[in-house]
Amino acid sequence: MKLKAIAINTFKEAVRNKIYYLLIVFGILSALSSKIVSLLTLGDMVKVLKDVGLAAINFFSVLIAVFTGINLVYKEIDKKTIYNIVSKPISRSTFIIGKFFGLAYTLLVALVSMALIFFFFLYIATGEFDARVLVYFALLYMELLIITAISLLFSSFSTPILSSIFTISLYLIGHVLWTFNLFTKHLKTPFEKMVAYFFYYILPNLDKYNIKHVVVMKTEIDFYQVLNAGLYAFVYITAILILAILIFKKREFQ
Amino acid sequence: MKALEIKNLKKSFRSNFLIKQFHVLKNINLSAEQGEIYGFLGPNGAGKTTTIKCILGIIFPDAGEITIMGQPANTIESKREVGFLPEHPYFYDYLTPVELLIFTGMLFGIPRRELTKKAAELIKLVGLKGKEDIKLKKFSKGMIQRIGLAQALIHDPKTLILDEPFSGLDPIGRKELRDIILSLKNDGKTIFFSSHILQDMEMIVDKVGIILEGEIKKEGKLSDLISLSVHNYEIVFTGMDEQVLTGNNLTFTQQDKNYIIKSETNEETNRIIEIINRDKGRILSVTPIKMTLEDIFLREINE
Repeated sequence: MKLKAIAINTFKEAVRNKIYYLLIVFGILSALSSKIVSLLTLGDMVKVLKDVGLAAINFFSVLIAVFTGINLVYKEIDKKTIYNIVSKPISRSTFIIGKFFGLAYTLLVALVSMALIFFFFLYIATGEFDARVLVYFALLYMELLIITAISLLFSSFSTPILSSIFTISLYLIGHVLWTFNLFTKHLKTPFEKMVAYFFYYILPNLDKYNIKHVVVMKTEIDFYQVLNAGLYAFVYITAILILAILIFKKREFQ
Repeated sequence: MKALEIKNLKKSFRSNFLIKQFHVLKNINLSAEQGEIYGFLGPNGAGKTTTIKCILGIIFPDAGEITIMGQPANTIESKREVGFLPEHPYFYDYLTPVELLIFTGMLFGIPRRELTKKAAELIKLVGLKGKEDIKLKKFSKGMIQRIGLAQALIHDPKTLILDEPFSGLDPIGRKELRDIILSLKNDGKTIFFSSHILQDMEMIVDKVGIILEGEIKKEGKLSDLISLSVHNYEIVFTGMDEQVLTGNNLTFTQQDKNYIIKSETNEETNRIIEIINRDKGRILSVTPIKMTLEDIFLREINE
């Protein structure tokens, strides 16, 4: 009941903010603009359509994840609405988990809205339903949940500007983390290798969630990879939320 | 069992890159009995809000013990017993009053169907009927204060903690709030509220705690504090020669043909009356002047 109250309220706050709709509309418009780009390109138009359309939805859904995630907890503290939460019989862990579920639901609604329109658009353009796109969106959603958890963690102790910088940096690093593996092969001392491996395992590996090449090139989906990505998201999000709760439990609101 | 008890509460904050330490609460001891209205009085910066934040677990004390209805504060159980109205309350301004009350009620685990009925009752109680569908962002300060009180009452708590509840209210609003507080007291609730609006406090409180610079300087029943403080008599008389008064070392003020002398003890009062009678003066009035809460408060500040 208490968790549900926090989650519903988080969702209400997000959807009563005009920026949320603006980002969804921009996401849809950018995805639809892929049709124009495909007309200007030589080669397979459908590939371009998918490539540009999915990239647009990806970009705008990540923006929604970062900005709603960062603002919602920070605003509670900044506007002192947090006083009305922590003074009630609700644990701080319930608050953080409720916030996370509320954000997860907010992102789901945004992503489903964009995905439905893109599916319809793609169906008109190609005349077929590609299940790979569905898997792409499922993996994108898992990635968004990881980003949300990270933004929630940062916003539990930092300002929105710093939280945005940290979260976006981790997002970018997360997509080139595979280069760490290559990098470690060039390191000589065990200590250097240990440090590199430490960061490799502690930083989010978000490239697992990018199967755009599979969708665009219409190759086979590796379901082991999808399962692995799902488990990774579960473990990573749990760890991040535990950390956020530990920080939030110690926090005083002056 | 006391509704609220604080023993040896201490709290400090660090600033200037963690070097300098500010002792905001030095040693707070106070207690409020069940069914009592407790006025927590102090100037700005004395530590009233900090004390309240410690009671509710918004910040953590450095030392000391706080119990609410016999249970340690900052636990789920003790928070269930308390309704809280913060100073300058901030609520989710994208919600309507009904939505806020339902949300707050859900945090107490109250079933939704009960909440709809309860919300309607409370909105009527705080005088917001007809404004149920207006978003809080369009509410005035006084209206926010009213909905703040309603959310503090949603779970029918035994103890209410109100931080500066009279601030932002117009005279009618203050009167209505006083009436609500008194009716809550009649329902057996304990009301602990902080304020620096002395007139409102004097009208309704049973017990007062005066906090200054993080310490309770005086605590007691309002009736005791005021009756102990009758040490002033005002004698108004006429038909006397000024030289007689100065000759007897009496300090007086003059209003038209009348003289006014303030005495601080019964003996002094009797001596002055004797002098006036001896010199055939005419006594117009002898009035015992009780100290108001304001006088007590200002005396504590000056000391």
